[in-house]
Amino acid sequence: MNAAVGAMRKMAVGAAGESKSDPVAGMQPRIEVRKLNFFYGARQALFDVSLTVPINRVTALIGPSGCGKSTLLRTLNRMNETVKVSRLEGEILLDGEDIHDQDVTRLRRRVGMVFQRPNPFPKSIFDNIAYGLRINGYKGDLAEAVEKSLRRAALWEEVKDSLQKSAYALSGGQQQRLCIARALAVDPEVLLLDEPCSALDPISTAKIEELLFSLKDNCTMAIVTHNMQQAARSSDLTAFMLEGRLIEFQSTEQLFTTPTDPRTEAYITGRFG
Amino acid sequence: MSGWAGRAHRQFRQALSNLMLSVTALCALLVVGVLFFILGYLMWNGGSSVDLNFFTKLPTPVGETGGGMANAIVGSLKLLFLASVVGIPIGVIGGIYMAEFSGKLSAFIVQYTADLLNGVPSIVIGIFAYTLIVLRMKHFSAIAGGFALGIMMIPITLRSTEEFLRSVPGSLREGAMALGASKWKTIVTVIVPAAYRGILTAILLSMARVAGETAPLLFTAFNNRYWSPGWNQPIASLPVVVYTYAISPYDDWHRQAWAAGLVLLGMVLLTNIIARGVLSRGTSAPR
Repeated sequence: MNAAVGAMRKMAVGAAGESKSDPVAGMQPRIEVRKLNFFYGARQALFDVSLTVPINRVTALIGPSGCGKSTLLRTLNRMNETVKVSRLEGEILLDGEDIHDQDVTRLRRRVGMVFQRPNPFPKSIFDNIAYGLRINGYKGDLAEAVEKSLRRAALWEEVKDSLQKSAYALSGGQQQRLCIARALAVDPEVLLLDEPCSALDPISTAKIEELLFSLKDNCTMAIVTHNMQQAARSSDLTAFMLEGRLIEFQSTEQLFTTPTDPRTEAYITGRFG
Repeated sequence: MSGWAGRAHRQFRQALSNLMLSVTALCALLVVGVLFFILGYLMWNGGSSVDLNFFTKLPTPVGETGGGMANAIVGSLKLLFLASVVGIPIGVIGGIYMAEFSGKLSAFIVQYTADLLNGVPSIVIGIFAYTLIVLRMKHFSAIAGGFALGIMMIPITLRSTEEFLRSVPGSLREGAMALGASKWKTIVTVIVPAAYRGILTAILLSMARVAGETAPLLFTAFNNRYWSPGWNQPIASLPVVVYTYAISPYDDWHRQAWAAGLVLLGMVLLTNIIARGVLSRGTSAPR
């Protein structure tokens, strides 16, 4: 079983480029995860995961609950370190540099994150967007930067007349786009999205997916999702995880049409998970 | 169970239910009634003595009518100010430590200690301030009184600051940290602002609580028939004035004591109402 998984991963991830189906061949890597093992206390949550997130693409992580996809995402900007008893082995490289050698606050500025539930601060819309800029000592024109971020998040038209209102006055979908705008304000190279639409209705979800598509030109994104249609619609590459292991990593089209691993097929056709 | 027996059983249950409902309602009514009884009694006995003079004049010697308690009102405010200087920073900053930094064991120890301190009889805190400050300075002073009251404020502000900070959703912490905020920046710019209404309420309530304390002031701030200019002299305060006047043999002083009690209760009620207003005016964060 383990050997089979190993072989499968080798094929899927295309280590050493010998595989016929290396999904990231020819793409410039933004993040490289190498042989990552992750533990919560004594429980191992990730097993030997290797994965390359290519530049300016959307990479989706799918899998049943508890498969470790959120854990994997959270290691990418070291949010896992907020859990005291966690332990990590292996390497994660951002533009070739190990993220654990970097200052964590600087890393998180470069690798932004959007969470499952919208979590705007109890501040005005303006102050929410300006937050990341302010704490990082931004010297330029705040109003201009806020407008730019809101435009990028396709929220400007809806809120331009109520920037001083509380962010809580917005709808759930607007709040989530606000959180995306807030993350974009510090101009991250990577945006991590942890099931960003799970608390939203279909229309808000569609807006966010549209937004992700429009951001792709100058932002690398990794999105964890429960929703396979969402992965199929909005991502370029998809990784399927199961019980803490990366089972298959393919271009989204290939993974959803001709998966190589029977477990992937079982999952995407809805036979479990 | 069917027919007659069933109906009887139902009726019995219905009656029992009504009885219990009445008992609980009566107890609830008693709680409200006691407050209004006290308030009414104070109004009845002291209401007529509360006039402009009461707030602006110094007490008159025995036998002379008129006069007021301006010195005691100002004295109480000064003592509260000193108490706040001692109690609020320690309580709030300690609460921040408890909510954000402490481990399980240290949290348990501090919580337990704070709860014990909260339960220490106020007269004991008075003795403590007396030996620590009054005996060394060799005289009663506003500082000693303010210190005693401040110590009483610490556990209340600490525990409630901690509670309100803990109730700030973890997602806000994560949101700030994911933007590159350090732990301290997260606390100062997001967590405390999100909880500030609650913390402010806690501060006001703790001030209202110590404003009425008499025992710790009896041998720290003592009393003063005149204005107390600085912080270093004995100083009058409403609760101590109530105490002194109430046990005096003079009818006129009794009336004044009632009036002082009424003013004190009014101040405490007002603070409570403001505190409630602050807390309910805005929701700090959705749960």
